[in-house]
Amino acid sequence: MSAEQLTAVTEGPTLGSGNAPLLQVTDLDVRFPIPRGIIGTLRMDEKQWVRAVDGVSLHLEAGELVALVGESGCGKTSTAQSIIRMVESFGGTISFQGKDITALSAKAMRPVRRSLQIIYQDPYESLDPRFRVETTIEEPMLVHKIGTDKQDRSRRIDEALTRAGLTPPELYRKRYPHELSGGQRQRVAIAASLVLEPLLLIADEPVSMLDVSVRAGVLNLLDGLRKSGLGILMITHDLSTAAHFADRIAVMYLGRIVEEGPAKEVVRNPQHPYTKALLSVVPKRDPRDHTPAEILQGETPDAARIPTGCRFHPRCPVAEDRCKGEDPALHRPKDGSTSAEHRAACLLV
Amino acid sequence: MSVLEVRDLHVWFDLGEGKQLHAVQGISFALDAGQRFGLVGESGCGKTTSILALMGLLPSTAEVAGEVLLDGKNIMAEAEKTLRPHRWNDIAMVFQGAMNALNPVKRVGEQIVEPMEIHGVASGAAAKKRAGELLELVGIPADRTKRYPHELSGGMRQRAAIAMSLACAPKVLLADEPTTALDVMVQAQILELLVQLSDDLGLVLILVTHDLPAVAQVCPNAAVMYAGEIVEAGTMDELFHDPRHPYTRMLFSATPDLYGESEVRSIAGSPPRLDEAITGCPFAPRCDSRFDRCATDHPALLTVNEGHRAACLLNEVAAKGGSVR
Repeated sequence: MSAEQLTAVTEGPTLGSGNAPLLQVTDLDVRFPIPRGIIGTLRMDEKQWVRAVDGVSLHLEAGELVALVGESGCGKTSTAQSIIRMVESFGGTISFQGKDITALSAKAMRPVRRSLQIIYQDPYESLDPRFRVETTIEEPMLVHKIGTDKQDRSRRIDEALTRAGLTPPELYRKRYPHELSGGQRQRVAIAASLVLEPLLLIADEPVSMLDVSVRAGVLNLLDGLRKSGLGILMITHDLSTAAHFADRIAVMYLGRIVEEGPAKEVVRNPQHPYTKALLSVVPKRDPRDHTPAEILQGETPDAARIPTGCRFHPRCPVAEDRCKGEDPALHRPKDGSTSAEHRAACLLV
Repeated sequence: MSVLEVRDLHVWFDLGEGKQLHAVQGISFALDAGQRFGLVGESGCGKTTSILALMGLLPSTAEVAGEVLLDGKNIMAEAEKTLRPHRWNDIAMVFQGAMNALNPVKRVGEQIVEPMEIHGVASGAAAKKRAGELLELVGIPADRTKRYPHELSGGMRQRAAIAMSLACAPKVLLADEPTTALDVMVQAQILELLVQLSDDLGLVLILVTHDLPAVAQVCPNAAVMYAGEIVEAGTMDELFHDPRHPYTRMLFSATPDLYGESEVRSIAGSPPRLDEAITGCPFAPRCDSRFDRCATDHPALLTVNEGHRAACLLNEVAAKGGSVR
């Protein structure tokens, strides 16, 4: 990446040139080596890998909320971590605002990071207990050299707190994390990202640790930020939340996206047998709704031993012989009942 | 006669310096064999404290009052002395995060044998045989009994924890957030198992959770707790379709639904402190339907329909044919 291209990123919230999506991930491959042990190494055993992410492509536009849904171990968090380059990818490319950031050095990555923020599941763990709220929010500005002086930064702290719904800001600035509720802590974490004026926010299970009564508040906050132009990639295992707040849903299974499309459509007209099963087991609020649950037995197989053919075939209720041999790619289902953006990786649709 | 009846249960925690926290403020309910009952509410509402009181497992700083009738006999009459013979033998519990609380250096099978031997239910080969049967009952293949906890998946460990709670053939099973840390598919498997166990063994099941949809699918009846009190109790159908307490209604609207179109709304504010006396309705400061009396009058839990109880002044007004709007 040239110096000029870098400036474009450094200068903050302006969209990159042309009509490149805000985020474009192509064929992402993330592997973790399995230790072979001394004997295995000496014997020069073949290196074994956990294929956490095995060819994931996704794109996200400004002002869009995309939910990456799946069970634990499906690779959704590894995908998120490699997008912010916390985990190095083995293959594939990640472009942000049309620029390839896959191989940027740590130094070159720093200005990009400002625009690419992540918030975590547990706001009890992600905030420094010794920092007052204002210090937590000021720190990223010091790291990224934002704000002309103390006074300017202070103004930005108030602004970020207000945007995160912690109003009036004076009430929260001097508090320590232990003086805040879970929902308020998550809002502080969001404020600490917003102060950098990011273009993309990755939210890794942002509400799963929070009480039901405050979850909606944090989700509505993210929804509002999306409407103001922020791109949000939400990692979640909660399909109801995804159905409600996301524009698009991508369902992951064993390192692959097996179905993706507009959120409402994926939920109402699922195509992949895995998505169908997953949706059928989500408990419904209405006790009268007794849609039969299709409970898959067993658990997701080990990502070190991905089944041949369609990776879902050993658990698939409708698998046929050919599913054992052929690895399906994402495609538009043949029956024509879906929109063009809705795709599934199943040989039978 | 109900298998389990709780009458006016109170729990206070001693905070020192003469201060007390009134965690459970007089809850009552009665359950028959095979009945599944949900106890729902936000963190800190007293739901876990209530069931720990039934087990007699509260710390020494806690003071408990009220009656717990097991087959009509008050097991709280002389505190620990009368409670102890029933703990695990008649009332058992699956703790929150139980799957992570198994002993890592003991085989799963042995861990189930242990409570049987301690409680004199079975020993030696008979205990081993029963452990194998229990594991099979909860869906763990017999060949896994010799495995260590780390060799089992989260779902399998949770099943093992459930098997362990059933070791002494209890009548009542208390499950505290049994599916919280599990994946959707595994969650569905565990909920299905709990339903099946209560049906097959005639177990009274109390499901403590903040997950309303899980309760809606598993328990025909439930109670909503707020600030240490039951604020509404009835069939799950009534709670969802005809809530008589604004908190119940607001809790449902704060829960996203797969196909729901309505806006998901959080409940502003937070629950009141329980170490100070509360005047008026405890929910009033967060309530969207409060009126003048809510600030001063504490609503009692009154029957609104056969089997449906709610603690909201609006119901009293409505019963008199009045309106506050």
